[in-house]
Formats: sequence, structure tokens, C-alpha cells
Amino acid sequence: MSDHHAVDVAVVGAGPAGLSAAVHAAESGARVTVIDQTWHAGGQIWRHRDRAELPDEARALMARFEASGAQHLAGTSLFDARPGHLSVLGPNGSLELIAGAVVLATGARERFLPFPGWTLPNVFGVGGLQALVKAGLEVNGKRIVLSGSGPLLFPVAATLAQHGAQLAAVCEQAPRGRVTRFAASLWREPGKLAQAARYRSTFRHVPFRMGTWIERAEGEGRVQRAILTDGTRRWSVDCDMVGAACGLIPSVEVGMAMGCDIVNGVVAVDARQQTSVAGVYAAGECTGVAGEDAAIVEGAIAGLSAAGRPAEALYARRDRGRAFAARLETAFSPRPELRDRADATTIVCRCEDVRLDELRAEWGARQGKLASRAGMGACQGRVCGAALAHLFGWEAPRVRPPLVPVPVSALRPAEPLRD
Amino acid sequence: MTDPRITIRIDGHEHRVPAGASVAVALLDAGIPRFRTSVQGEPRGPVCGMGICFECRVTIDGHRHQRACLVPCVDGMAVDTRDGADV
Repeated sequence: MSDHHAVDVAVVGAGPAGLSAAVHAAESGARVTVIDQTWHAGGQIWRHRDRAELPDEARALMARFEASGAQHLAGTSLFDARPGHLSVLGPNGSLELIAGAVVLATGARERFLPFPGWTLPNVFGVGGLQALVKAGLEVNGKRIVLSGSGPLLFPVAATLAQHGAQLAAVCEQAPRGRVTRFAASLWREPGKLAQAARYRSTFRHVPFRMGTWIERAEGEGRVQRAILTDGTRRWSVDCDMVGAACGLIPSVEVGMAMGCDIVNGVVAVDARQQTSVAGVYAAGECTGVAGEDAAIVEGAIAGLSAAGRPAEALYARRDRGRAFAARLETAFSPRPELRDRADATTIVCRCEDVRLDELRAEWGARQGKLASRAGMGACQGRVCGAALAHLFGWEAPRVRPPLVPVPVSALRPAEPLRD
Repeated sequence: MTDPRITIRIDGHEHRVPAGASVAVALLDAGIPRFRTSVQGEPRGPVCGMGICFECRVTIDGHRHQRACLVPCVDGMAVDTRDGADV
């Protein structure tokens, strides 16, 4: 049977935005609960095994979070969400959180686009590979090809190089012109430029190829080689592992489930970080991918707003973060050639093994799902949704509970049913 | 690695793994890139490393469809990748 727990502010996600929101709401006197499906606070960007590895800013925010009195429910998944009401499943079973206000800090995930061989074992995401290495994966001496896009590539290449991997190639799909213009715009953010240079120095002996991407992966039972291309030439690189993705996309499913307006793939928010639903706020990457500095500011505004406090003093810094997000999107959007990689037999929906030739461009996501099962599997379209948007321009279908697979026992009503 | 090691069973065989490693890491480090078999019979392994892709599902202590990337190894744990085609 589910327990009930009432709080002033419930925060979904314990990354930079969620921690910042929780700290600011709790320090304003609100009773705050943060839920997160991983075991350690920090989200994907501050994933760690030893806190000493983390940047000072991360350690400071975590310490402040622990001192704030906010409750942290780790290892806890959200499976149903309505305004003011969250159904969660954690290590001790399910719980109904009744919240005066909700802050969505659900972050981002990688955009995975299909190419022949992308389903082979040892083909990971770019961030996916980094997450596994941070969780202890041994990559010493492994030959690794990275094919991705955007600012995530450098820290991932750095992590791999520091752990002894042999980087066989580091490829950025965006054309050189776009990358150069983006880099030139970074004079406005000298800290980011210096950080990029530090990362680059850790893999300086490996060429960084712009306008280059993986065309296919090949191997028996696992990936053994990657075929790379710059659109004109193609060449084969032997490897043990591949990290392939095309940048990050906001994770908006919880916002969708709550009825929040989703505009251009992000949870739409006003100046106070409030969504289109009263009492539901959103902050960080789910409102647009802009990095952790922007996420911390947005989280602070959302936390203060959710606790009924003013936050105007932070708006200017937040707006600079949003401008950075717009520049990121312009520079690193997927190039159209990436669409041509998938052939008739390439699997598009990995959960249901739906091949490209089983889909018709004119269908749209809903009909595609009914006709082919694409998007009906365990991931609920979290992977193929972005692929289908890229291939056919299909809009992401609306999610429905349970947002993650849960045992039937978690869905039992809190009160016994009476006839 | 200086981590203390613990013992888990993977498909019936004992493996020493670093305490605190995720189940996904334990399998990959043990040279097992195939975690499950897809509905059409293809081998699959982890992709996202953060719990959204569901490709790393294995059976852990008898519980099927556990995301290996989200579960930390515990001494004596039994992990099974042999359940065959997914339901």
C-alpha cells in the first residue's frame, strides 16, 4: 500500500538545477523533497564515485544541499505525475508525494540517431560511455571511436584519455564553419573557453575531426570497426568500443505528463521559471540545453519562485544562459546527411526491433506506433522518438503513465477499493 | 583500481568486481558485451548508461528486466543474461 507524504516543494531530479532549486526553496523555509532515480546527487554531469573528483562549485552546492534540510529520495523513479501529486517508486516501495509546488529538473539525454550497426554491443552513447567509465568501466588500452556533437565531446574524450583509452578518432558532425563561429563566440564566456582548452590538452595527440561522423558500425557479436566519413571520403577504423550520439535533447516527459506546454522540444517557462501549469516550475536542461551554469541559476529562480520568494536579481544571468543555449543549438544541430545513414533494414526502434522499411514517413508518431509498435517498448520512445523526429519530422507522442515500467503492486490504490 | 573487491555470480560463474561498480560495469569488465537478446534475436548491451534506453536489462537475484546501469553490485548478487528473447 502506498504511503502519503506532504511537502511544500517537490523537486524532480537531483542534478545542478534540482539541487539549486532545493537549496533555494529549503533555505527560504519550505519543506522540500527531491527525488532522483540514481543513488548519488549531482545528476549526469556531476556523476562521480569520489566527491573529490568534482569541481569546487559542485562540491559546494552538494554540501549546501545536505545542510539545507531538504529530503533526498535516491534510487527513486517517478511513474505518475499530476500537478501537486507525484507517484514515486523507491527502494522501500511506492509513495504518493503531495506537493504545494513542483520543480521539474529532469535534465537532458543524448540524441541517438540510427545508423547500420548502432545496435551492436559496445556501441554506446558518447555521454553513455562516460557514464559507464565514471561508474568504473575499465577502458585502459581499449581502442575507442567517438562520434558526437557539441561541448560534451571534449570532456568525454578527456575522461577516456585519462583512463588510458586509445582514442582512435574524435569526430564532430557539425561542419568546421559552424564550430569555428561557435568557438569565436566564446569570448563572452572565457571560463568555458579555458575549460575546453584544458580538456583538449588531455587528448592533444588525437586529431579532432570536424564535419566527420560515423556512417556504420560492423562486427560479429560486438563492434569491431567503425566506418567514418566526412561526406566525401570514407574510411574504416578498427575499435573495441564506439561512443556515438548527436548532442543532447531535453527530457520533457514528466512535464508532458503534467500537462505543461512543450514548445520546440523544451518545457516552456515564464520569467519565474513557471510552466504553463500553475504551481509547476521547470529549470535546467529540460527547458533548453545550456550547461550547468545556466541550470544552477534557473534552479535558483525556480526554487525561490516555488517558495514564494522574489528572484528578479537573477534574471539577467539566466538570460545570458539562454542566449548561450540558442548559440549551441545553431552550431550543433544534426546535419541532414545523418538521415541518409539508416538503410531499409536498419533498426529504428530498438525496444521493438522496428526496421526503417516498416515505417512510412507520412504516418506521424501515433499511427507509426499503432502500425509498427515503434515507441511502444520499455523506453517508451525515449530513444526512437528523437530518431523518428530526425528521420521523418514526427512530433514526440504524448507519454502516459506509468512513465517507467513498475511492478503492478506499485499501482495499487492507496485505499482499498470497496464495492 | 584500489577498490575493495566483492564477489557476484554472472550466469552461474563467480566474478570479483570492484565494490560500488554498477552491474553494467561488472558485466562489461568481465568481457560480456551482450546483456540481453532483442525481440528479433539480436544481441544487445548498454547504450545510454543512465537508465533511459532499457537495453541493459538483465535478471538480478531473480528479478527480471532490471536496468544493469542503475543497480550497484552487492556481494553475493546473482546476475543472469540468459533469459533469451524478451517478453
